[in-house]
Amino acid sequence: MGAGHAHRLYRHGHSPVHALPPHTKLAAAFAFVVVVVSTPREAMWAFALYAVLLAVVARQARVPAGVLLKRLLIEIPFVAFAVLMPFVAEGERVDVLGLSLSVNGLWGAWNVLAKGTLGVAASVLLASTTELRELLLGLQRLKLPPLLVQIASFMIRYGDVITDEMRRMRIARESRGFEASGVRHWGVLAKSAGALFIRSYERGERVHLAMVSRGYAGSMPVIDEVTASRAQWSYALALPFAALAVCLLGWTL
Amino acid sequence: METPGGKTGELSAGKHGEATAGAAGGTDGVPVSLEVSGLAFAYPDGHQALFGVDFGIGRGERVALLGPNGAGKTTLVLHLNGILTGGAGTVTVAGLPVGKRHMAEIRRKVGIVFQDPDDQLFMPTVREDVAFGPAAAGMKGAELEERVHAALEQVGMAAFADRPPHHLSFGQRRRVAVATVLAMEPEILVLDEPSSNLDPASRRELADILRSLDVTVLMVTHDLPYALELCPRSLVLSDGVIVADGRTGDLLSDEELMRTHRLELPFGFDPRSVTMGA
Repeated sequence: MGAGHAHRLYRHGHSPVHALPPHTKLAAAFAFVVVVVSTPREAMWAFALYAVLLAVVARQARVPAGVLLKRLLIEIPFVAFAVLMPFVAEGERVDVLGLSLSVNGLWGAWNVLAKGTLGVAASVLLASTTELRELLLGLQRLKLPPLLVQIASFMIRYGDVITDEMRRMRIARESRGFEASGVRHWGVLAKSAGALFIRSYERGERVHLAMVSRGYAGSMPVIDEVTASRAQWSYALALPFAALAVCLLGWTL
Repeated sequence: METPGGKTGELSAGKHGEATAGAAGGTDGVPVSLEVSGLAFAYPDGHQALFGVDFGIGRGERVALLGPNGAGKTTLVLHLNGILTGGAGTVTVAGLPVGKRHMAEIRRKVGIVFQDPDDQLFMPTVREDVAFGPAAAGMKGAELEERVHAALEQVGMAAFADRPPHHLSFGQRRRVAVATVLAMEPEILVLDEPSSNLDPASRRELADILRSLDVTVLMVTHDLPYALELCPRSLVLSDGVIVADGRTGDLLSDEELMRTHRLELPFGFDPRSVTMGA
């Protein structure tokens, strides 16, 4: 909090990637991920080329490699699963450093790891160059069901309010000598969670009342319209199209 | 903290007050903004909150609605823009009866500022929040932009247009909440406990803003000095009926009335010793 309205994932900047309208970036990132996922896993060189493409985007967006790599760490829990695959998968086995590994499992692990990493990297780039607010406008422009956009937007608006409420409840508990230290205290925590839920639910009703009072009748009015020129679209879509070329080569070679 | 500069100066010559201050309850000659007659309402669980409420407010008046907790103040407020309906009696806003047929128009004309600004401000940025009402009514483009700017300007918050509401102080949020309603250019502004949770400076700033507005105000409050400061006329709602309607100073000085309806002045506050600026 505190620092203006930027989310902590967002890196303020004035690069050409930052300047792109949000819906073009969303479309480009999504198309890129779809192309990557549809690439045959045996075409290892193709994934290297995808990584190069993302590196070019990162350079254009002036997102330092260090930042990008650090944010990729979010992937680790999923990677752990991929690492298990060579050990547990069925089929033909090979010996690597004295360990018996499944060939299928190795390919599976590589598949998850490569595609996952590229997907996460694309999302990290998107999040670093696009403000949350803009992402919502982009989703709205891309005709995502309005209800989903509204839910996401309320989540962003009230996330901090509810976290703050949670913090006040914790302080109130601790001020009365309660310190959650073991299973025996879970009951109290569960009751706090229940109380928080009810409070949030009631707040929801009050917010709805305030919305209705200002003429809300089921759909959010469009206040900011985002538009993109043909040039902006082609600049944004350069990434998925380059990736598509690589993908097609991967299938034919 | 920025005050809505300059505006405070012209307050002493304000156009509110004088015109209607003497006419406690009377709205003769002045067009009527709000007319409530015979309003009664019981909640579905059988609890009856209002037992026939009658009053009228003339255009440009600033009226306080006083009453103890549980008097039915909030229930009454929710009738003014048709959130609650179905009981007996009628509510008329600038000649328009509150009912299904004119609901959109009524909601535009009656601007309610709720007590908790976090409930009122639900959009990601201040600007979008202020734009919500007019945009819902179909306004867009430069006209909308202008309306938003004007409303924020009136409450001295124009510099904060692109901030998210949760990064503002409580007083600032309350002022933005007022702007969200002003942007709809309402016939009547209804404020629910406007001074609650405000520090003295924010409280005074809000008072300055309210005085500078050229709009009818109905202010629901416990804060009796605030009512005296801002509203020449007051209504006392107790147990679902209006038990008193008159000059705020007179009502607050009536110890018998105050005591009967659980209205207590802060320690050391004597309404008779207060001389109003204007």
